Amino acid sequence: MHYLSAHEIRDLLRKREVTAEEVTRKTLERINEVDSKVNAYLEVFEDAIEAAKEIDKKIAQGEDVKDLAGIPMAIKDNICMKGRKTTCASKILENFVSPYDATVVERLKDNGAVIVGRLNMDEFAMGSSTENSAFKKTRNPYDLERVPGGSSGGSAAAVAAGEAYYTLGSDTGGSIRQPASLCGVVGFKPTYGRVSRYGLVAFASSLDQIGPFTRDVEDAALVLNAICGKDNKDSTSVDVKVEDFTTYLNKSLKGVKVGLPKEYFGEGIDNGVKKELEKAIALLKDLDAEIKEINLPMSQYALAVYYILSSSEASSNLARFDGIRYGVRAKDFEDVVVLYVKSRSQGFGREVKRRIMLGTYALSSGYYDAYYKKALKVKTLIINEFKKAFEDVNLIISPTSPSVAFKFGEKADDPLKMYLSDICTVPVNIAGLPAVSIPAGLSDNLPVGLQIIGNYFKEGEIISLAHGIEKALSLNLRPNL
Amino acid sequence: MAVDKSQVDYVAKLARLEFSEEEKEKFVGDFNKILQFVEKLNEIDTENVEISISSYPMFNALREDEVKPSLSLDEVLLNAPDKENGYFRVPKVVD
Repeated sequence: MHYLSAHEIRDLLRKREVTAEEVTRKTLERINEVDSKVNAYLEVFEDAIEAAKEIDKKIAQGEDVKDLAGIPMAIKDNICMKGRKTTCASKILENFVSPYDATVVERLKDNGAVIVGRLNMDEFAMGSSTENSAFKKTRNPYDLERVPGGSSGGSAAAVAAGEAYYTLGSDTGGSIRQPASLCGVVGFKPTYGRVSRYGLVAFASSLDQIGPFTRDVEDAALVLNAICGKDNKDSTSVDVKVEDFTTYLNKSLKGVKVGLPKEYFGEGIDNGVKKELEKAIALLKDLDAEIKEINLPMSQYALAVYYILSSSEASSNLARFDGIRYGVRAKDFEDVVVLYVKSRSQGFGREVKRRIMLGTYALSSGYYDAYYKKALKVKTLIINEFKKAFEDVNLIISPTSPSVAFKFGEKADDPLKMYLSDICTVPVNIAGLPAVSIPAGLSDNLPVGLQIIGNYFKEGEIISLAHGIEKALSLNLRPNL
Repeated sequence: MAVDKSQVDYVAKLARLEFSEEEKEKFVGDFNKILQFVEKLNEIDTENVEISISSYPMFNALREDEVKPSLSLDEVLLNAPDKENGYFRVPKVVD
């Protein structure tokens, strides 16, 4: 039962073959059974049973409940839930209790979701392996000696290990798609502005976007249906009609033009990854899609742009953690400046400090033009290049991650090496486009992810192609736990 | 451009962070590696390129200034490390 999809659970609930309470108990048991190995959860909500019982009552009374009603799910620990801790896997927020619900949480609750816990992540979403969590090491369910990817490593591992039917994560440079790829699940980053960021602890506000991890593409459509849409509490959320994304499932792909950017299949991409992708792409021809080689030479600059912009924004966003209004306050301070310095230096971990320093430097007097402004100009060129590409093709396919899951410690000491994990995903955030990672196969028994990038607000088209490939591959990956 | 320890000290002061001597040494190394990497951008001529703030055209989102419910005082102070009489308590700032 742990490996059923959310839509299968929905159908069982509607046919009254199971109750939400049973499903939730089973999920809590599963967490109890495997999370000592996987370590996806920072906290499990045993009282989730109560929310499940409410849904059962509604179903018993013959009420029409929504698609996600009664289905256990969990949330990355940088998204606020009223009355629950939100730590961002940082010591500085160790005791922070959120006084309000994020808009996505409010929407999920309105849909009857049963939230069973908070999930581990890289501290403040900075990292690609979840090794930067101040609290625990999440392990890849396919190989416990390897990382689950990051920063939403807990969200990906929980779905892969059958510890939740779906989860939410956040993606600033690949933090949904890369761990989804490494854990063999579906991870969807919507267009910037599709999903409200209200209640998501900000890392880089111009790039951050919330999205789902699911077992299949149909579930991704269901979760997007629930969380997308304009929100008055986030002025960057966009008022674009939210279609029913499930109407994009089972569509013919005849005549759909798919671009393969040469630069994303070149140097730095492991052969095992390339091989699995080539197999999946070969299937596209049987589905009558048109395949076209394209060029995105500006993408090679996206990672440099990303590290300047995201660190600059982080240095500004994380200035709020000063030990005054919330968070841990250091002891022994003579004055308020020492209080700030000590609270921040003791509360933040190494990578977070490194990014704050880099961002502060890039924004400091004398360097602003050379770094920050230069990055914003190259961002224009990256955007223009994608826009031009989408004049010729509907969708773009690339690897999600240049390699399969790597071992703990393998990249932890070299920030640049770690940053390269995001080389295929970062350009998408710079341009604000939607993209998904779906499983493409296994290389050395480890999952390989395929990324599909769409034009602005074309999540539906992405779903059609992703669903087509998923059906053609019919992988049904499961770890041996 | 390359940074040295004195610049690390200066940036740390701006960022309200402090580091041990050993950490500073490591920082200088990491920093220069990352800066060297981002200087790749200098390969591109951006002389006549406009900056982009958002990725697609966005406009000011204006709204009516209406009174609406907000968090209660208790909720606002819920996470305060130190508080007194409905205020955040901080060390003396003005002499």
